[in-house]
Amino acid sequence: MTALPEKTEKKLGLVIDLDTCVGCHACVVNCKEWNTSNYGTPLSDMDAYGAAPEGTFLNRVHSYEVTPQSGCAQTVHFPKSCLHCDDAPCVTVCPTGASYKRSEDGIVLVNETDCMGCGLCAWACPYGARELDQLAGIMKKCTLCVDRIYNENIPEEDREPACVRTCPAGARHFGDFADPDSKVSRLVAERDGMDLMPEMGTAPVNKYLPPRKKDVLVGETKQLDAKSEEPKGFLAWLDKALEAI
Amino acid sequence: MHPAPSVIIFTTLSGLGFGLLAWLALGYPDVSGVVAFVFYAIAFALAVGGLLASTFHLGNRKNAIKAFSQWRTSWLSREGVGAVTSLIVMGVYAAGHIFLGEKWGALGVLGAVLSLGTVFTTSMIYAQLKTVPRWNTPWTSVLFMLHAIAGGALLAGQVTVAAILLAVLGLVQIVAWQQGDGAFAASGASLETATGLGRIGKVRQLEAPHSGENYLLKEMAFEVGRKHARKLRAIGFVLAIGLPVALLLLAPVNHFVALLAVVSHIAGVFATRWLFFAEAKHVVSLYYGR
Ligand code: SF4
Ligand code: SF4
Ligand code: SF4
Repeated sequence: MTALPEKTEKKLGLVIDLDTCVGCHACVVNCKEWNTSNYGTPLSDMDAYGAAPEGTFLNRVHSYEVTPQSGCAQTVHFPKSCLHCDDAPCVTVCPTGASYKRSEDGIVLVNETDCMGCGLCAWACPYGARELDQLAGIMKKCTLCVDRIYNENIPEEDREPACVRTCPAGARHFGDFADPDSKVSRLVAERDGMDLMPEMGTAPVNKYLPPRKKDVLVGETKQLDAKSEEPKGFLAWLDKALEAI
Repeated sequence: MHPAPSVIIFTTLSGLGFGLLAWLALGYPDVSGVVAFVFYAIAFALAVGGLLASTFHLGNRKNAIKAFSQWRTSWLSREGVGAVTSLIVMGVYAAGHIFLGEKWGALGVLGAVLSLGTVFTTSMIYAQLKTVPRWNTPWTSVLFMLHAIAGGALLAGQVTVAAILLAVLGLVQIVAWQQGDGAFAASGASLETATGLGRIGKVRQLEAPHSGENYLLKEMAFEVGRKHARKLRAIGFVLAIGLPVALLLLAPVNHFVALLAVVSHIAGVFATRWLFFAEAKHVVSLYYGR
C-alpha cells in the first residue's frame, strides 16, 4: 500500500560522516556485491567490458569542493544512498503499490513483483536514490540491507548494512533514530547532523555529519631547525663522486 | 527531463481525445449517424492511442494492470482509473447517440466531467513533483486542461469558441513559460542545500561518482540549449496557436482549412510538449553539477 505509515516504531537509517569519508568507494562496491547476489533482482551492468560501461548502483560517492568566504577550499567526499525519508514522496506516487515504507522500522522498499517500471518514483525522489534497472526494467533502491540486519544465519557482527560493515574509515553508522540514546542519535546531536535538501519536505531519516571546522593557525609560526648536516669524510667523497658521473 | 517520445505522444493525443470526447458528450457538434460515428471514432482513437503509447515507456509492462490499485494516493493510478471509467461511460453514451439516436443528457455530463477529470489527473502527475520546480505549479494543470478543451473544440469544429479558447491557451502558455523560467531558482534548491555544505561555503563538483552514464543522468539530467528552446517556443506557439487562430478567424470555413488548422495545432503542441519535458530541470541534476 503506498500510503505512508502515520508513525514508525523504529526509524532505522544511516549517519554519514562527511568529515571522515575518504572517498574510497569501498561502500559502493560492497553494496553492489551484496545486493546483486542476495535479495531481489541482480543489479545489472550494461556494456560492462565495452567503451561505455554503466550499471545500476544503490549507493554512489560524489566528490565536491567547498570554498569558504576566506581560507582554503576543501574536498568533501559525499556518499549518497536512499535516505529512507519519513515523508517519502517516492512511495505515495507509486501507482501499483510496489513502493512502501514499513511501519515497524521505517525502511522504504520496492516489492519487485508489483513494480511496473514506470519510473515515477525515481522522478519523485530529490536525491537520485532510485535507479530503474536497465535489464530487468524494475526499480532498484537501497534496502538498508534488510536481508543482513535481521539475518540470524550470519555472524552477529555482520548484521549491519554492507556499506557500514565495509567502510575502512568508519564514516557510515547504522542505527535507530527513534531511540534518543542510540549511537546514531548521539552522533547527530553531538556533531550537528543535517538533512539534505530540507526544502523538498521529505524529512529524511539518514543524517549527514558536516566536516569538522578546520584548525586555524594562531600566533607566530616558526620553522623548525634544520636537523640534517652536510656529509663528511667518505660520504662527502661518495656524494661528490656520484654527482660528477 | 528526458523528452521520451512515448510520453509526449501520450499526453498530446490523449489530451486531445478526451477534450473532443467532452465536447461530444455535451452535444457539440450536433451530429448524428455516420458523421457522429466518425467523430467518436477519432476521439476514441486519440484517447486510446495515447494511452497505449504511454505503456511503451514501462520497464515491466506485465504489471501495468496493478496500476489501478493505488488511486487513494497516486495520481498516476487515478489517471488509469479515470481513463478507463471515462472511456466506458463515453462508450455507452456514444452507442446510444450513434445507434439509437438518443442523447442521454445526464450520462453525457458525467462523461464530460470524467473525460476532463482524466486530463486533470494527467496534469497532476507532473504538477505534484516538487523535484521538478518548473512543473510544480497549478499552471501545469491549467495548461493541460486548456489544451484539452481548446484542442477538443478545434476538433469538434466549434470555430469561434475554438479561436477564443486557443487565444486564452496562448496567454496561459506565455505565463507558464515566464513563471517556469524562474521556478528552479525560486524553489531554493542548490548544490549548497543538496549537500548541506552551504554552511561552509560555495560548492562545486570535483569529481562525478561514475565515469559513464547512468539511469539518473539519462532520465533526469537532459539539457536543452537555451537558444534552441527559444526558437522552438516560437515555432510551437505559431503552429499551435497563431496559425490555427488566424485560419479560424480569417479563412473561409471549409474542411480543408479545418484540417490545416488541426494539423498545425497538433504539430505545435508536439513541439511545446517536447519543451515541457526538455526544459524541466530535476533537482537531482544539482548533485551532478548541472
Ligand atoms: S531518499 Fe528518495 S527513494 Fe529514499 S525514501 Fe527518500 S525520496 Fe524515497
Ligand atoms: S517504477 Fe515501480 S516502484 Fe517506482 S513508482 Fe513505478 S511501479 Fe512504483
Ligand atoms: S567506504 Fe567509507 S570512506 Fe569509503 S567512500 Fe564509502 S563511506 Fe567513504
